[in-house]
Amino acid sequence: MAAPSSGPPGAIAALVPLGLLAFWWAATRNAPDGLIPQPQQVASELLDLAGITHSGDAFNGVLWANLLASASRVFAGFAVSALLGLPLGLMIGQIGLVRRLLDSTLQLLRPVPVTAWQPLFLILFGLGSQSAMLLVALGCFYPILLNTILGVRSVEPRLLEAAAMLGVSRPAMFPKVVLPSAMPGIFTGLRLGLGFAWVVIVVGEMSGIRTGLGAMIMDAREESRTDVVIGGMIAIGLAGFVCDIAVQAIGRRLLRWSPQHGGKA
Amino acid sequence: MTSRPILEVAALHKRFATAGGEVEALRNVGLTMRRGEFVCLIGASGCGKSTLLRIIGGFETASEGRITMDGAPVVGPGPERGMVFQDYGLFPWLSVRENIAFGPAARGIGRVKRGEIAERFIAMIGLTRFADAYPHQLSGGMKQRVAIARVLANDAALILMDEPFGALDAMTREHLQSELLSLWASSGLSVIFVTHAIEEAILLADRIVVMSPGPGRITAEIAVDLARPRDITSAPFNALRREVSALLGAHGGNG
Repeated sequence: MAAPSSGPPGAIAALVPLGLLAFWWAATRNAPDGLIPQPQQVASELLDLAGITHSGDAFNGVLWANLLASASRVFAGFAVSALLGLPLGLMIGQIGLVRRLLDSTLQLLRPVPVTAWQPLFLILFGLGSQSAMLLVALGCFYPILLNTILGVRSVEPRLLEAAAMLGVSRPAMFPKVVLPSAMPGIFTGLRLGLGFAWVVIVVGEMSGIRTGLGAMIMDAREESRTDVVIGGMIAIGLAGFVCDIAVQAIGRRLLRWSPQHGGKA
Repeated sequence: MTSRPILEVAALHKRFATAGGEVEALRNVGLTMRRGEFVCLIGASGCGKSTLLRIIGGFETASEGRITMDGAPVVGPGPERGMVFQDYGLFPWLSVRENIAFGPAARGIGRVKRGEIAERFIAMIGLTRFADAYPHQLSGGMKQRVAIARVLANDAALILMDEPFGALDAMTREHLQSELLSLWASSGLSVIFVTHAIEEAILLADRIVVMSPGPGRITAEIAVDLARPRDITSAPFNALRREVSALLGAHGGNG
């Protein structure tokens, strides 16, 4: 693709983050002990959280264990969601009966936000890792499901005609035409789902859990450690960003035939 | 020895139910094609030429009438009737090679054999350098070459072409017309070619079937006896052009 928007992120991608950083710095420059810490204070706290420096306070070096706890819940929840959402989405997209059976139920449940589910999950599954993980699963479920359905439903009729004309039997149509042509939609769903998982995990870890980046942020809030709060936010942002880059790289490889997914024209 | 016609269409009617009532798309259409014949269907839009082609392809069913290919009734799409669509209909997730091998694979031909078939047809359409390219990396003319190779690789005996060169620029269209003619001449294929361009029809066809709208029906058939390659500036060519143009009426094609 020739459009500059699809090129590799270069210097232009750094402009807005640097601008925000400059604004932050300028706004806090004359208040070293204000409510909002200065960027350099957060940077040094991040080093301390990561265990690179040793302040010896309660948050020294706790980043990695918390990141690992969050990431394992993100990936477990995402996996549960994909294992349920993909087959269900394929069936809803392909089989009219399943669609009529489930559509209204799914549309009714869809507007209920994960935050509203959280208290119920805590009652059902108890305080702890499991509730957070299942909350993540619920959070990624709809993007995965809906994009899979959309992918299956948007198969070009022309391709089904072409396949029929070339001798593909009706039962073979699904694996030979429908599934490959739904792949970009499925992939978009997985990517959105994983991104959303990082949003939901923090909500899930904000009550009833002692580990994870969300729990770390809540602990820091109790102790008015705004530098740790912001450091935790940055860590979550980076973790989600790195995940997305990895998923996109996989997509570029698997979907190199698709001009929308980084295929070269 | 007189060989059996490859295709027979008899007393074909097609009616569509629409919001505004029933529309008669085809009325009493009959067409008999001998093996190896190149037939062009020409007519203004709405004359039912594409509908007729799609019924022969098995993509739509007739309301009444009978279609047989090699004596067997047509009941749905099949490899013996290869369709070439104006918008190509290539599988975007498959390379040129895989698109051409798709039909043989669907019919259960083994990997090695279908690899050989693909290579042969890739060479035939001159796309060896692009064998591993995906459709979105090809020009319109290249895509249509692949679409033609795909049905040939699948042993189609009758090729159905629905304004296949209509979306291409004039230069590419001329190239593909002459490539199609040499392919047809060397292979013994039968071709039904839908077009709205008079010149294209006269250039290609053994026989031009003229259709008119309201309801869609065959109104004339013209045998084209000019020797190939045809000179589009010759007097007999121009005489035919005037004849077809008159048959199509003042609003006829623009070729």
